[in-house]
Amino acid sequence: MTGNDLPGALAGIRVVEMAGEASAYAGLMLAGMGAEVIVVEPPDGHHTRGFEPFLNDEPDPERSLWWWHYNASKLGVTLDLADEDARDRFRSLVATADVVLESEPPGRLADLGIDHDTLRADHPELIWVSLTPFGRSGPRSQEESIDLTVLAAGGPVWSCGYDDHAIPPQRGGGNQGYQTGSVFAVLSAQTALLARDNTGQGQFVDVNMHAAANVTTEFGSVQWLVAGDEVQRQTGRHAAIEPTTFTRALSADGIDVNTGFPPRSARDFAVVVEWMESLGLKNDFEEFFFLEMGAQLEEDLHLSQVGQDPEVTAMFGAAREAVRFISENITAYEFFIGAQERGLAVGIIYSPEEVLADPHFQERGFPVEVEHEDLGRSFTYLGAPYLAPKSPYRIRHRAPHIGEHNHLLA
Amino acid sequence: MKSEALSHIRICDFTGQLAGAGATRWMAAFGAEIIRIEDPVRLGKWDVLRGTSPFVDDRRGHEFGGCFNNHNVEKLGVTLNLRTERGKELLAEIISVSDAVTENFAAGVLERLGFGYDRLKEIKPDILYVSNCGFGHIGPYRKYKTWGPIVQACCGLTFTSGLPDMPSAGWGYSYMDHHGGNFMAMAIMAGLIHRSRTGEGQWIDMSCTDAGATMLGPVALDYTVNERPLRRDGMPYSNRSQFPAMAPHGIYEADGHDAWLALAARDDRDWQAIARLMGINDQRFDDLAGRLAYEDELDDAVRAWSSGRDRFKAASELQAVGVPAAGVAKPEDRIDNDPNTEAWGLWPIVTHGEMGRVRVDGIPAHFSETDWVLERGGPLLGQHNRQILGGLLGHSDAELADLAAEGVI
Repeated sequence: MTGNDLPGALAGIRVVEMAGEASAYAGLMLAGMGAEVIVVEPPDGHHTRGFEPFLNDEPDPERSLWWWHYNASKLGVTLDLADEDARDRFRSLVATADVVLESEPPGRLADLGIDHDTLRADHPELIWVSLTPFGRSGPRSQEESIDLTVLAAGGPVWSCGYDDHAIPPQRGGGNQGYQTGSVFAVLSAQTALLARDNTGQGQFVDVNMHAAANVTTEFGSVQWLVAGDEVQRQTGRHAAIEPTTFTRALSADGIDVNTGFPPRSARDFAVVVEWMESLGLKNDFEEFFFLEMGAQLEEDLHLSQVGQDPEVTAMFGAAREAVRFISENITAYEFFIGAQERGLAVGIIYSPEEVLADPHFQERGFPVEVEHEDLGRSFTYLGAPYLAPKSPYRIRHRAPHIGEHNHLLA
Repeated sequence: MKSEALSHIRICDFTGQLAGAGATRWMAAFGAEIIRIEDPVRLGKWDVLRGTSPFVDDRRGHEFGGCFNNHNVEKLGVTLNLRTERGKELLAEIISVSDAVTENFAAGVLERLGFGYDRLKEIKPDILYVSNCGFGHIGPYRKYKTWGPIVQACCGLTFTSGLPDMPSAGWGYSYMDHHGGNFMAMAIMAGLIHRSRTGEGQWIDMSCTDAGATMLGPVALDYTVNERPLRRDGMPYSNRSQFPAMAPHGIYEADGHDAWLALAARDDRDWQAIARLMGINDQRFDDLAGRLAYEDELDDAVRAWSSGRDRFKAASELQAVGVPAAGVAKPEDRIDNDPNTEAWGLWPIVTHGEMGRVRVDGIPAHFSETDWVLERGGPLLGQHNRQILGGLLGHSDAELADLAAEGVI
């Protein structure tokens, strides 16, 4: 078998997923790992099939690119859970599953008699992963919530935005509140599967999106927990206790770059000197002398001396300005490659579509073609988060049509 | 008492920072035995967080890094000087009884230490090896250096955050260090599940930039299918919602210093409730198409209501009429004054050998049968040498004394 034919790590595991906006990403990843994920929708399709964008901007439940992305590699069945016969078929389906994944409002499945409490007696090995905004039973569990409010209430928004605090703090793009919850739902399913190997028992896992946001804000939380300090947001860099200097510059082609941390060692100063000379920029940079001085350093600059020792301050400032000056005189990609090839850690601020065109991502096989035989075309999708040669993560096929796999229902 | 979930798993762990240490942190919370290997000569500072702020008090040094403690709770600490033959032999002994070896060095570092994948397989043929770095170990950028903000820039995440005609706001923290760790944990557990089923080990190569890029699906497909790039006029506008379209959807000024209210109308019903509450009467806003066409005016109308109000009281008023809303929480709001995080037990107190009792990030999932336990702080340098080298590997106290004297541990 070639790598593309190998089953994934979760081959043989069946997941029944109740279609849901927040949990769709978790189901996608479990399917990417090779689980058979059966997504359960209402008879006329789940409401997320109405989400933009659409193929050629023509709204249609089979043309939502949101649905395509989040439901790739899954199988699809439809059930009207208001109907008792359909609920029986759902129970029969669950009886064949290793994992149930759902993000239903607390109480809804209990009211229908198809929740974990009701079903577990007959299925002690079943793993049930529930993903909700505040957990299933906490004091805020009945609040109305969407991605925006998860991120606002959970901490990420406080840390993101601009130096000018008259501008509202920002929610990063891509529904990361839902997706962070989904990442923890996947970790939970995997952990519960490994636990089942150990104990023979299934279990219920209550995953909380608000808690997930709270514990993924790095310094925003740790600074408060350890030292009682409140971080403040800054344009394009870490929210911090004390303001830090810029890391963003605009390259000659109008694309932003992250200029990273300024050189502090003789080696790095020498690299910047050589780079400026090779670009013919030496005579245009007034502080070039301080770069040459830095290249003679016997030990690295100490940050504690910046602002104290005038020479150190001048060298450090010149280094930071020099990197910015170079970036402004060449394209963002030339800057990124030129710096990294010289051992300086900087970044290019790619728009998502530009990632797919980058040679590194292409060589890793990150963009993948997915066949839509129904349309007679294939489209490029996002690939795997990691390369596992013996149990590859991959997109197995396009997302299901409404009720496409109803033959799987008893 | 430990969780039984992963108590059958032992990992020989070289991870550091957050992008690596976060992976084995999850597994340690669920009872896996994580043996963290550190260099006694450099006092473990290949993970710089061992000695960096925040600090609990005035003490400084490699036992006082607040983030190190947070990211390494429940792990065991062993020191081995891998410049020495004896140190390498002891490492091989640990690997021979481990299920996985994990690291997030720059590509090639572990191989230069003498423990590339071929060597790991010699020691233990079914070993799982998971490497993790910014661009992975395969591809033209494999030697490039990154940390969180560089990863976020290069995978598209930074660009998605901010306002039109402004620089990217980006992520004000290393979002992808958290998810670098989380995706690495996912890779490790996928590898362990495959190994338990087939008996087969492998080398899994995790790239933080690949992982980050997987988190931007619908915008990527809008380009690959519809040829509509996100880099275009008027975009991104991340406090608004494009997929699905909603309006209003934003973060609005509230009363007080740097105080903000988040709210949205998911549909016309939500909008009608908002309009009634705020006293907004404007036919242009009756349907979604109108609200999107006049979104700036709509935002002004919402702001006129919100700007004089306390963010939490305003959120409660909106919740009372069934509308999703929340005050933008400052650290104190969500850590010390939120009934939900408290009820969850989200900020457990661990005991660290030098720092004492410290609050740390908890785990956002509760398991009905094998829940997580976080009680022990991050390990002191070499704190568990006797437990692992003696108890697990069977070396005597006299041998350990010699190893210490020779600078091996």
